[in-house]
Amino acid sequence: MSKISRRNFLIGTGIGVGVTAAGILAYKMMEVEPKSQAAKVVIIGGGAGGLIAAKYIRILDPTLEVTLIEQNLAYYTCFMSNELFNGERTVESLKFSYDGLEKYGINFVYNQAIDIDPIARKVVLQNGKQLAYDRLIVSPGIDFKWDSIEGYDEAVIGKIPHAWKAGSQSLILRQQLEDMEDGGTLIITVPKKPFRCPTAPYERASLIAEYFKRNKPNSNILIFDANTVFPQQDLFMEGWEKLYGIKTENSLIEWIPSNEAGNLVRVNAKEMAIYVGEFEDEQKAEVINVIPPQKAGKIAFKAGLADDSGWCPVNLKTFESSLQKYIHVIGDACIASPMPKAAHAANSQAKVCALAVVSALQGKEMPEPSYANTCYSLIGENFGVSFTAVYHLEEGKLQYVEGAGGFSPLDASAEQRKREVAYAHSWYKNITNEMFN
Amino acid sequence: MDYKTTRTLLLVSGLLFATTTWANEDNLPLMILNSCIVCHGFQGSSLGPATPSIAGIDKEDFVETMEAYKNDEIPSTIMGRIAKGYTHADFQVMAKYFSKQTFVRYPQQVNLDKAKQGAVLHKEFCEKCHKNNGYSFGDEGASILAGQWMPYLRFNLADIRANVREIPKKMKKRLDKMLKIHGEESLEALINFYGSLTERK
Ligand SMILES: Cc1cc2nc3c(=O)[nH]c(=O)nc-3n(C[C@H](O)[C@H](O)[C@H](O)COP(=O)(O)OP(=O)(O)OC[C@H]3O[C@@H](n4cnc5c(N)ncnc54)[C@H](O)[C@@H]3O)c2cc1C
Ligand code: HEC
Ligand code: HEC
Repeated sequence: MSKISRRNFLIGTGIGVGVTAAGILAYKMMEVEPKSQAAKVVIIGGGAGGLIAAKYIRILDPTLEVTLIEQNLAYYTCFMSNELFNGERTVESLKFSYDGLEKYGINFVYNQAIDIDPIARKVVLQNGKQLAYDRLIVSPGIDFKWDSIEGYDEAVIGKIPHAWKAGSQSLILRQQLEDMEDGGTLIITVPKKPFRCPTAPYERASLIAEYFKRNKPNSNILIFDANTVFPQQDLFMEGWEKLYGIKTENSLIEWIPSNEAGNLVRVNAKEMAIYVGEFEDEQKAEVINVIPPQKAGKIAFKAGLADDSGWCPVNLKTFESSLQKYIHVIGDACIASPMPKAAHAANSQAKVCALAVVSALQGKEMPEPSYANTCYSLIGENFGVSFTAVYHLEEGKLQYVEGAGGFSPLDASAEQRKREVAYAHSWYKNITNEMFN
Repeated sequence: MDYKTTRTLLLVSGLLFATTTWANEDNLPLMILNSCIVCHGFQGSSLGPATPSIAGIDKEDFVETMEAYKNDEIPSTIMGRIAKGYTHADFQVMAKYFSKQTFVRYPQQVNLDKAKQGAVLHKEFCEKCHKNNGYSFGDEGASILAGQWMPYLRFNLADIRANVREIPKKMKKRLDKMLKIHGEESLEALINFYGSLTERK
C-alpha cells in the first residue's frame, strides 16, 4: 500500500469556499521516494494540531515517513474569523493552502479518512485506499451534536448559521448582518462547555456590536448562554461597558446566563424563533446564530477513541489514546483540561505529541513535556485582551505553572488595550506562518 | 504589504530553514521553545506586524531581559506573565537557541523621506551604541534596531520616554538631546529609518 500512484491533482483551478477533495478520486503526492524501512506516521487532519505535528516530526527525524490526510484543499482559520464581522478582514485572508509545506517532505493525501482499524493499524480512505501506520495522530477538530437541539440541524444552517467552522458559514452570517435593517436584533446562543474556543462567542458578539455601533446603532445583540460564567468575563464586561453601554438602557449587548433562562431548548427556523429556559420562553430575531453543542470529530468515534463525554481521553505526556494503543489524539478532540480547545493549545499539544511519537519510534525516553496557550480576544476598536498560561505535567494531570500566566489586568490603560490588538494580529500572522510554511 | 507578497516572503524564509538539521535534541529543545516560537517565529524572526524578532539576540542580554520580565522590571503586555512560567536554566537554553538564529528583516511600510532624516539622526545620536546602523548588538546589550517591527520600536520608545522602561542614562541623555534639538518628529524619523532597513548594506 506504500505504492501510491503519483497523479498530480489540478489544484490550480476552482478552489472555492468549502470545496472538499473528498470523493474526488485524485490526490497530490510529494515527490519523495518511499523509504522501504522507514517507520510510518499517519496524521488525520491538516489543521492547527495536525500540521504542526507533521512538520515537527519531519524536522525532528527526517527519516520518518509522514503522511497527512486532509479532506479539504484549503484551510480557513476559525481564529480571527470574528474579524469578518467588524469588516476588518475578508474571508480570503483566512484561507491558506498547504503548498508552503512541500519543503518538509510530508506526503499530502487530500481525501477523507472514513475508518480506522486499530488492530491492523490501517486508515481507510473514502476512495477505498488504505494507509498503514506505525503511529497514527488524529487531529480532526470538532463535530456538532446535531440531535441535541430540537429544530436545529444541518438542514437549516443556510438560514440559521453556526459559523463555527470558518468559510461559507461565516460568510452567510456576515451577509445576514449586512442585509439586516437598523433596529434589528441578533441572537447568539452559546452551548454548555466544553466547546471549541470558549471565548469566541463573546468576541463575536463584541465585534458585531462594533459593526452595529458604526452602521446600525439602533440594533442589539442578545446572547443566550447555557453557562453561568465565561472566561475573561470581567474583561469583556469592562469592554462592553466602555464601548457598548452594557448595563445602560441603550446597551448594544445583553448577556443572559443559564440561571436566567439563557439555555437554548428548541429552534423554529421558519418563525426565526428560539425557545429558552425552563419555560421555553419565545425569543424572535432578524438574525440568529446558533453555536451548537459539540463533540470530537467524527473519525474519533469510528476507532473508539471517544468516551461518553464525546471527547477523547489521552495520556497527557504523549497524547496517546487511553482507549487505543498507537493512536494519539490532539487538538479540540482530546481531553486536556484545563487547556481550552484553542489553536494555540492544539499547536502546543502537537509539539508534545510529535516529540512523543519520535521518541517512541526511536526507542528513546520522552523528554519532560511542556505546554502553553494564549487566547487573545478582540472586544472592539483598539481594545484587545488576553489570557495566557504555561502548564506542566504533575501526576498525569496538567497543572498551571504556579505564578505564571493569567489575564490582562482590569482597568488597564487605553494604550495597553491598543497594543494587545496589534499583538493579537501578530499572534495570528505568526501561528499561521508556523502552520503553513 | 499585500497578502501575496507576504506569502512569497514566507516561502523564501522557509527555504532557508530547509538546509538546517535539527535532528539533535540539543539543537532543537522543542519543549522549552514550545510556546516562544508560536509568537516569535520558529527561528526567532517574527512576521509582525508588532511582535518583535528575537533572532540573533545576545545571550547574556536575553537572559537578563527574561529575568527582568519575570520580575516585572520591564513593562509588557504579556511577556511578564509568560516569563514567570520558566526557570533560569530554561532561559539559558532559549538564549543559546535564539542567539544562533539569523535576524530576518521583512519589508515594512515606511515613509522614505522620514527614513532619510532618520539615517542622519541615527549617526549623530544612536550609532555610538547601536552599531552598524543598528544591525548589530552593541556593547552593554544595546538592542538590534535595524529591521525591528516599527510598532514595537514605537511602543518601547514611548515607554522609555514615560520613564517606565529603564535604559542606560547615557541613552536617555542622547534621546532627550535629540528631541530638544530636532523635536518630536525626530522619533518617527528614526523609527522609519530602522523599519526601512532590510538587507545588510
Ligand atoms: C469563531 C472562532 C474563533 C476562534 N478563535 C480562536 C483564537 O482566537 N485563538 C485560538 O487559539 N483558537 C481559536 N479558535 C479555536 C481553533 O479554531 C481550534 O481550537 C483549532 O482549530 C483546533 O485545531 P484542531 O487541529 O483540533 O482542528 P482543526 O483546526 O479544525 O483541524 C481539523 C482538520 O481536520 C480535517 N478533518 C477532520 N476530519 C477529517 C477526516 N475524517 N479526514 C480528513 N480530514 C479530516 C478538517 O478538514 C480540518 O482541516 C476559534 C474557533 C472559532 C470557531
Ligand atoms: C503570545 C505571544 C508570545 C509568546 C508565546 C511569547 N512571546 Fe515574547 N513577546 C511577545 C510580545 C507581545 C512582546 C513585546 C512585549 C510585551 O508587550 O509583552 C514580546 C517580547 C519578547 C522579548 C523582548 C525582545 C526585545 O528585544 O525587546 C523577548 C526576549 C521575548 N519576548 C522572548 C520570548 C520567549 C523566550 C518566549 C518563550 C518562553 C516568548 N517570548 C513567548 C509575545 C510572545
Ligand atoms: C549609551 C549607549 C546608547 C545610546 C547612545 C543609545 N542607546 Fe538605545 N539602548 C542602549 C542599550 C544598552 C539598550 C538596552 C536596554 C535594555 O534593554 O535594558 C538600548 C535599548 C534601546 C531600545 C529598546 C529596545 C528595543 O528592542 O526596542 C530602543 C528603541 C533604543 N535603544 C533606541 C535608541 C535610539 C533611538 C537612540 C538614539 C537616539 C539610542 N537608542 C541611543 C544603549 C544606547
